[in-house]
Amino acid sequence: MAEGRRRGFWEVMNNIDRRIIFVVLAVCVTIPLIVSTGGEIKPTAPVIRAHASVEALETGDYMMISIDFDATSAPELMPMLRAVLRQAFEKDVKIIMLGHIAIGLPLGHMALEQIAAEYDKEYGVDYVDLGYRPGYIAVIIAMGREIEDIFASDYQGTPLREMPVTENIHSYDDIDLLFGFEHGAVIDYWVRYTQARFDQRMTFGTTAVMAPDAYPYLQSGQIEGLVGGLKGAAEYETLVGHPGLGTRGMPAQQWAHLLVIGFIVLGNLGHYFTRKSGKRAT
Amino acid sequence: MGSTTMLIGTWIAGFLTLAIFSFLYKDNPVYKLAEHIYVGVSAGYWLIYVAFFDVYPMLIQGFQNETGIEKWILLVPGALGLIMLSRWFPKTAWLSRWPIAFTVGIGAGLGITANIQGYVMPQLQATLLPVTGWNIVSLNNVILTVGVITTILYFYFSKPHKGALGWMARVGIVFIMVSFGASFGYTLMARISLLIGRLYFLLSDLLHVID
Repeated sequence: MAEGRRRGFWEVMNNIDRRIIFVVLAVCVTIPLIVSTGGEIKPTAPVIRAHASVEALETGDYMMISIDFDATSAPELMPMLRAVLRQAFEKDVKIIMLGHIAIGLPLGHMALEQIAAEYDKEYGVDYVDLGYRPGYIAVIIAMGREIEDIFASDYQGTPLREMPVTENIHSYDDIDLLFGFEHGAVIDYWVRYTQARFDQRMTFGTTAVMAPDAYPYLQSGQIEGLVGGLKGAAEYETLVGHPGLGTRGMPAQQWAHLLVIGFIVLGNLGHYFTRKSGKRAT
Repeated sequence: MGSTTMLIGTWIAGFLTLAIFSFLYKDNPVYKLAEHIYVGVSAGYWLIYVAFFDVYPMLIQGFQNETGIEKWILLVPGALGLIMLSRWFPKTAWLSRWPIAFTVGIGAGLGITANIQGYVMPQLQATLLPVTGWNIVSLNNVILTVGVITTILYFYFSKPHKGALGWMARVGIVFIMVSFGASFGYTLMARISLLIGRLYFLLSDLLHVID
């Protein structure tokens, strides 16, 4: 009798309607978002190194920002992009933005304009948005020779030589740091072509999915720092001292992870007990 | 006007977010509508952006403004681009192999050197690390080296996985499983982050429940 009840319980647990799981997960994420504004976040070494790479820049130095993501990765990469822009503008670093995903560029541009306005920065003087050119590798390699060959003008059509911010910029020799925001393979192109050929200093912010693929580059010293996923964004926001969506999302992330761990344990126990009971019945 | 546009945009975004979420219950026409809008808008944006910000200024205006060889060399990418469109017509579809061959050739040529110079060699250097005594760094270096070698041996299929080779392959699969676990954990974090992003949008921008 007790055996049957136990088997029944685990069979029910094994066959929970997935929609119930979705609802529980939604509740688990929504409540912390409403009631908590984020707890204490301890930055990890890769993020500290990423922050230090920007911190090492001096007033008037140039940072190239590559927007290599689109709306599908915005919740992870936009918070870290905003944090990096705040840090850079705080240090009076000049920003040159471009991208390899055309549909993501407006997101980068929105963040650039928003943060530039916070620091009273002027377009064409303190920052510029070059836009998008198709070709990934061809674009990356050609910029090592002359950026103007690929981007003769910015996204509005203003020639590079007519803007103070880019009038003396020619190649990677004039770029002090590249900070790429990646949700795909473009990080490989940046590292394998720009770092290897032109010895460009570079740091990356990636989606959590991409982070395991990027760690070997960090371990080999090819990149200086790595900010992975929303957790990395929260750590970067902590270092910059300006909490945003990354910090705000951490309690929800934490509860969601605990829930999933609970479901994994329940699922495995259910599988174990139902299989065991099934064997006994036969 | 600006705030009205923002308001309308926010409501459209909210509707589309809920429409996509509705798939979690079951497939339905509202989800299909949102999915088709996403695909259509993305494709349209790419087309317009590439046509007006790249093809027109770099190819057409470039041809008008350049002189000498710089002008005429633009005919090559222009012609290759047009030939690519021959795929639409079955009788001339074979022509599209030329621009494809051109692209593949460039990609392969650049890729070989880049992968050796920018991936294989630096990663080899980063794997062959010294053991400097009984400390945590040395232990880490040993684990790294053992992990790389045993994982490579797991994929060595020219001999049966028996004896020492079998034992090392079993160690290798442990490292592979750890790697899969890390990737799964990160993937889970990514998906939850996306959910957080959309729920934050619904709660703040749309419903103003939170700041």
